[in-house]
Amino acid sequence: MIAFVKKYEGLWLFVHSPAAIIAAIVAALIFVGAVFAPWIALVNPYDLASFSLFDGLLPPAWEDGANPKFILGTDDQGRDMISSILYGARLSLVIGLSALSIAAVLGVGLGLAAGYYGGRFDAIVMRIADVQLALPAILTALLIDGIARGILPASIQQDLRVAVLTLAIALSLWVNFARTARASTFLQMNKEYVQAAIMMGQRPTRVMFVHILPNILGPLLVIMTVDLASAILLEATLSFLGIGLPADSPSLGTLIRIGMQFLLSGEWWILWIPTLFLVALVVSINILGDFLRDVFNPRLR
Amino acid sequence: MLTIKDLSVKFPTRFGDFTAIEDVDMTIKPGEIHGLVGESGAGKSTVGAAVIGLLQSPGYVANGTLTLGDTDLRNLSPAEAHKVRGDRISMIFQDPQTSLNPLMTIERQLIETIQTHSTVSESEARNRAVDLLEEIGIKNATERIKAYPHQFSGGMRQRVVIALAISTDPELVIADEPTTALDVAVQSQVLDLIQRLAKERQIAFMLITHDIGVIAQVADRVTIMRKGRVMETGVTAQVLGKPQHHYTQQLMDSVPPLDRKIDRFRVPEADNTIASNGAMAENWLLEGSQHARTGLSLTGLSVKFAGPRTSIFRKPPPYVALDDVTLNIKPGSIMGLVGESGSGKSTLAKAITGLVTPSSGTMELGDDVLPYGKSRSRQHPSRQLTQMVFQDPYSSLNSRHRIGDILTEPLWFYGFVKDEQEREKLAASMLSLVGMQPDAISKYPHQFSGGQRQRIAVARALLARPRFLICDEPTSALDVSIQAEILNLLKDLQAKFGLTILFISHNLAVVRQMADDTAVLRSGKIEEVGETNALYTAPQADYTKSLLDLTPVMPTTWQT
Repeated sequence: MIAFVKKYEGLWLFVHSPAAIIAAIVAALIFVGAVFAPWIALVNPYDLASFSLFDGLLPPAWEDGANPKFILGTDDQGRDMISSILYGARLSLVIGLSALSIAAVLGVGLGLAAGYYGGRFDAIVMRIADVQLALPAILTALLIDGIARGILPASIQQDLRVAVLTLAIALSLWVNFARTARASTFLQMNKEYVQAAIMMGQRPTRVMFVHILPNILGPLLVIMTVDLASAILLEATLSFLGIGLPADSPSLGTLIRIGMQFLLSGEWWILWIPTLFLVALVVSINILGDFLRDVFNPRLR
Repeated sequence: MLTIKDLSVKFPTRFGDFTAIEDVDMTIKPGEIHGLVGESGAGKSTVGAAVIGLLQSPGYVANGTLTLGDTDLRNLSPAEAHKVRGDRISMIFQDPQTSLNPLMTIERQLIETIQTHSTVSESEARNRAVDLLEEIGIKNATERIKAYPHQFSGGMRQRVVIALAISTDPELVIADEPTTALDVAVQSQVLDLIQRLAKERQIAFMLITHDIGVIAQVADRVTIMRKGRVMETGVTAQVLGKPQHHYTQQLMDSVPPLDRKIDRFRVPEADNTIASNGAMAENWLLEGSQHARTGLSLTGLSVKFAGPRTSIFRKPPPYVALDDVTLNIKPGSIMGLVGESGSGKSTLAKAITGLVTPSSGTMELGDDVLPYGKSRSRQHPSRQLTQMVFQDPYSSLNSRHRIGDILTEPLWFYGFVKDEQEREKLAASMLSLVGMQPDAISKYPHQFSGGQRQRIAVARALLARPRFLICDEPTSALDVSIQAEILNLLKDLQAKFGLTILFISHNLAVVRQMADDTAVLRSGKIEEVGETNALYTAPQADYTKSLLDLTPVMPTTWQT
């Protein structure tokens, strides 16, 4: 019976946590919407032919003068808000997830190695991490952006915007992974199963990835969820400040920046709807992250 | 004086109530030391917690009466219960490290406790505290009382904990494994202290422990528990000497005696319903090309660690973990290595296996010289010939790997068996050889008990076809009946396959049962080496003599 309880502990906690359920539903809806945006969206914001300037600045469906076709209204270009948001979320998630993957691979790899070898290698990696922590993400992004502008020919710069943004976000997130992986690896190094593997003469890479990694996945998974929210927010911040994506391929941050122009003009929906959407996405991912932390760290319960 | 009748404690879970203890009866008179013995999960600590009213939430007393003198402990308001706790009942915990506040001096902790329970001035409380410390045998108490807990040794700290417990003149002290974390010498001092306090102050002690030797030495009466129920209770000499209950007899049979060697423990043999008897694994081990028995000899082995740095400019003085150790383990024999904690036993094992780099000396396995620590290549043959069984079966198996993966790893790694299915078959057969069901192969470590895991660890070691096996405290994390099973298993395997074993333990009685020769280690130096029987009956070194004297044993007159 105890084995049964242990096996389904996470599920039981989930079913008994309304916040986690709501967050999971919201996050799932947004993910599905973003993935299937080309099939469900009314217009394609990248395709100038699919929308018309005559539909510009229409309010949401429940206000006077609305067109019921555009439930959440349209912006000044006549683009349907729902479509823009879905496409924007799609871009935000792509950037967030790929930045997260790069950060995870880099951070976990370095953290594992630092914890395994210790000594000088550990000291060097961790000092680099400290330096990275001292630089704000925006500064890193500006730096990479500046370098990219300097060395890349202008013709491909536009195409590489997404890559540059992703790299900038990844560079500011890997430290979390490296620190967590290193600390957990240190703990595992004292465990006898690791000593047994080293004693056998197994390769360091095998000890790290086959023996230690599966045992430190729990905390890393938590970091991954929380950092996904950070990555999305970071992307939104950078785009909002104009370092990120241009207006013709809008992510959530770009949408909010465009909406800023309408803040005091009466067309409130252009700013507020993407903002609320971003808040809902980030909050639900964070709630899921907290929930996962509770599952993996029973002492906090 | 303390009367427990029909006590039941339940813990509500999502799947109904879990009964931790059921129908427990017990009485403890003033000045009596009442031993409470049982294996892990027997509910002994739950009895103590129920008496003092500190049951871990959500546990509750479901039934029964608890009375201390005239007070009914079950019908107290929280405020009254709080007053009884400390005033009339005190508690001593296992780990003196964590039961004292590290940021407060001993003085403050004692004065605080005394003032909480009686209205006395601070200076009077201080005087009382100093008297108490002197009474429990801390010399120079007026000065020592100003010290912080970390400035005391483990045994001294446990004395301070006892001083705290008796500072309020309680009628009953519940001692939960008070000596388990201590070395034998310190243990015997603490036990003497408990005995003296019981006699002089007429304090009743409830002594919860898993160590039969401790009970035999100090307890007046004993209660044997198993799975939340009382099996047998009575005068210690009678219960332990002439056990009536079947379970007590079985328990006594698995306690290793210090004064003689027994061939096998009389414990029920492992599952004989196992389908195959491991013949395949047995043949595989015997056909190995290295039939030769391999000895190990260490000459002048020293291990030094970097000490704490005291100056930026000077190199810190090294900490000597092993000092000029010379030891010769004969091929096919078992060498026992005993010593207290911190004596360097585990460091020796790590030096042999290459996890620690010695500073000088030679190690020879058979005819080959073993390279030091990191300079030993990953392909060095000793990595296969030398295998290790670790102390903690909970951390020695990778909890994310299937038992099958854990067991086939050495077969694959050393290139013994190329075919994957063949490997699985051999691993399953090895499981039955160590007394487990072969279907365990598809399960995960958390599905097994400590003893079963230790069997799996032994199977893993054997699947590397070792000639030299290091067992580092292989049974100290296990209950005594499981310990007996594992020791039987190791004996059988050693006899069958002619393994050379280095058997490390702090438990002298266990080593006596296992080893042909015994070495005594103290602060990194070998005090004495000799044939086990001779060493135990006529020890030469003073240290060995005191170790043997201080180990709690059952008086021989009790034995049946």
